Amino acid sequence: MDLKLGKTIFDISHENTIGVMPPAPGVAASDKSWQIPAEFLRESAIDWPEVSEPEVVRHYIQLSTLNHHIDKDTYPLGSCTMKYNPKINDRAASLPGFVGLHPETPDADCQGALQLMWELAQDLAEITGMDDVRLQPSAGAQGEMVGLLIARAYHRQRGENRRTVIIPDSSHGTNPASVTLSGFEPVPIKSNADGLVDPDVLASVLNETTACIMLTNPNTLGLFEREIKRIVDMAHAKGALVYNDGANTNALLGLARAGDMGFDVLHLNLHKTFSTPHGGGGPGAAAVGVKKHLIPFLPGPAIVRSETNGIVQFKRQSPDPLSIGSVHTFFGNFGVLVRAYTYIRSLGAPGLKRVAEDSILNANYLRTLIKDAYDIPHAGPCMHEFVASASRQKKNGVRGGQIAKRLLDFGVHPPTVYFPLIVPEALMIEPTETESKERIDAYAAALLAIAKEVETNPDFVNAAPHTTRVRKIDEARAARDLDVG
Amino acid sequence: MEYTSHTDQSRREMLAAIGVRSLDELFKAIPADVRQKTPLRLPDGLSQSEVDSLLESLAGQNAAAPDVISFLGGGIYNHHVPAAVDAVSFRSEFYTAYTPYQPEVAQGTLQATYEFQSMIRRLTGMEVAQASLYDVGSALAEAALVAIAQTGRRKLIIAGTLNPRFRSVLDTYLSAQNTAIDVAIGSDGRTDFAKLSALTDDQTAAVIMPSPNYFGSLERWDEGANVAHRHGALFITVFYPISLGLIKPPGDCGADIAVGEGQSLGNPPSFGGPLLGLFAIKKEFIRRLPGRLIGRSVDALGQTAYVMTLQTREQHIRREKATSNICTAQALLATRAAIYMSLLGKQGIAQLARTCSDRAHYLASRIAGLKGYSIPFGASFFNEFVVEAPVAARVVLDQLRRRGIIGGIELGGRFPGFDRRLLVSVTERHAPAMLDRLVEELRSAASGTATDTSTKSASYSGRDMTASERR
Repeated sequence: MDLKLGKTIFDISHENTIGVMPPAPGVAASDKSWQIPAEFLRESAIDWPEVSEPEVVRHYIQLSTLNHHIDKDTYPLGSCTMKYNPKINDRAASLPGFVGLHPETPDADCQGALQLMWELAQDLAEITGMDDVRLQPSAGAQGEMVGLLIARAYHRQRGENRRTVIIPDSSHGTNPASVTLSGFEPVPIKSNADGLVDPDVLASVLNETTACIMLTNPNTLGLFEREIKRIVDMAHAKGALVYNDGANTNALLGLARAGDMGFDVLHLNLHKTFSTPHGGGGPGAAAVGVKKHLIPFLPGPAIVRSETNGIVQFKRQSPDPLSIGSVHTFFGNFGVLVRAYTYIRSLGAPGLKRVAEDSILNANYLRTLIKDAYDIPHAGPCMHEFVASASRQKKNGVRGGQIAKRLLDFGVHPPTVYFPLIVPEALMIEPTETESKERIDAYAAALLAIAKEVETNPDFVNAAPHTTRVRKIDEARAARDLDVG
Repeated sequence: MEYTSHTDQSRREMLAAIGVRSLDELFKAIPADVRQKTPLRLPDGLSQSEVDSLLESLAGQNAAAPDVISFLGGGIYNHHVPAAVDAVSFRSEFYTAYTPYQPEVAQGTLQATYEFQSMIRRLTGMEVAQASLYDVGSALAEAALVAIAQTGRRKLIIAGTLNPRFRSVLDTYLSAQNTAIDVAIGSDGRTDFAKLSALTDDQTAAVIMPSPNYFGSLERWDEGANVAHRHGALFITVFYPISLGLIKPPGDCGADIAVGEGQSLGNPPSFGGPLLGLFAIKKEFIRRLPGRLIGRSVDALGQTAYVMTLQTREQHIRREKATSNICTAQALLATRAAIYMSLLGKQGIAQLARTCSDRAHYLASRIAGLKGYSIPFGASFFNEFVVEAPVAARVVLDQLRRRGIIGGIELGGRFPGFDRRLLVSVTERHAPAMLDRLVEELRSAASGTATDTSTKSASYSGRDMTASERR
């Protein structure tokens, strides 16, 4: 029997049904003096559903069938790096010695976990060319905040009150939000016709109030900032730091290092480049890397290694007094760190370089296959992703978002749409290295078929999706008649 | 190992289609002076079999449940995770999906998250719960930022009984213009209400109060709410979800915002991450809510459907004016929590809370009966409490460790004068026999140290008393 859409777990609840019953106390009742006084006790039971285990399992399994996912087919969301994630990563992170480990365990009893974190930080420093790396942030956006708080602390310590952060207009939405959260004012700059930072435009806003320039390289158009060294030099000449949003590091592995480009601070989205399944929206994890002059400001505990009489020991060390503090209740999303470590150990240096190469190859190949049907505003070759535009299709009355909806009927996931904001009707496509030639051919064929449909039958495209279990959803109504559980 | 599907042949075909002769031609945008010229210095790649062995070896060097008997808590608890939680959440459909930007093909994640929100709302007695934040520390920080934005005030009054780890994340998020004032800990291990009242004033944005607090003691939330509201401040509670099976929820005590750590709802300790930040709020503040919120709507066929809603609060729409910068959160852990809460249901959570509490009280009363030991705080507690040992807590913990037990968290480093105190937590994973075992080991730890360490230090004032009492 098929799932009835809209039936919630509460709708299948029956009084006095239990899925999993915890054990009874099994101890003698305590003396009255130990009992919790009535004033602290809840007055009525929690109105959670009452459902048997088989029905709970069926409910959520049936719901799961409504999801698209990377294990099923292509998922080329730009800047999201939806690659296939090796299953060995998940097995490693599920080992009892990791999942059962309590974060307050004394150092002597968690040497394996500390060694893993120490090695991972070392490896990431090598991969990015930075001098030190910490693993505490929970996701990219928190990594951005950490980088910016480091910039704030650095300038303060030098007795400078710099208030602004320069961001290109092609940046991720998290960048300006992180800037505000970190107590700075964002100063957006326009990209040039090539989609890159224009050094002259940058020069016009760069001054002694600039704390930091925040770049994504390769940028969200999938383009490498060719003038990066000049940009960095300009910033440093004015006493500003340069931050690399490492969301797009997949394109650089083994090919180029942010540290060698002159960046002072960066974050990596470990769940993207270093392969953790996205879980429907997390957990992720970020690493933050810095050059020497910023090491004291790093957050969270450092893992340090010592060797005495041939005995190697790892321990958690309190952060420096200049540290920005902690951003996670404990040491970060350890389970994601295990996956990143497993991934790096599996691939080694040649394997990581192959990741970057194939991700760039795949993006350029897909770009070539669709370039006659869709406008591609910026010259190639691209790095790991590219941005096409549905401007031509819009003239026939079909917007980029509808091309995305129509792609759903082909059993694949659409690209990121309407982003970056500087490309009208943007379709931002990142196939990743794990897609085979056949999958990319099929994806291109779908995009080409839709481009044809737009010319012959635009109404059909505008009414998509036609084959998904759930059709186009009334988002305005969701906000107007708010029902959030 | 590599995870590519390409062969040299397919690569050649693709390069030919692109119209270049080599991969290098594709990288020409990278200036020569920043091109990596030598291979990265990393250990060689391993076969899957070798990787398995390496990770098994690292995992094997950790003393993790169930191989040790551990009484560690302090915000992370070792509760049982029902088999069905793993079985369902490990489905690729949940595990390997992205954030639900295309709701037509993400109804599984969306509806599970909607149900999660609903169950957290019911648990906390609040009006709205959102879809997840990183962890309790950042959830508390976000709550404080909501209060600061809502009131236009910059002072936070914080119970000194707040978990110091939660507190340090909060500090990092506060800007230099904010002030955070700690309220002293009373002699019963709870907030000193006279001091709380004296410190709270018309400049206060929020009063922040956990319960159970770091020492396991139950705080009087309703009185805290009265103090906050008298001055027009928001009242922010920090809760432990399992305790709410028994304890009066934040929504019934006047909380404006309730935050908690959701790890215990079907997620393992995992060395403290990933965690699950829970955030619930009064509806009047919904426009200030950080992060994702899932709403119910209909599709073009009139079928019920779920979608991310009120997105104009969020960074991908509002950019620098967003309520928070959060994007990726902890969706999979929220899905696991939804499955967990459904499995326990109304009766299971009540039974679980009762078992944790009864066993903790049994253990505390037995420890209180041990010579030299005491339960120093008189306040009521849920499943966690402070034990005062006759000798330094470190000495007791070392003794216990030699007997295969991690006895709890040493409090001395974080709280001056607490050198002989440790924090002990009990869950349903601690069978009654384990509790009895701890009692016996504590007894011998005290007596053992009286002889073992007698020459080491004279500063353990309790030790001599224990020894003399034994005589």
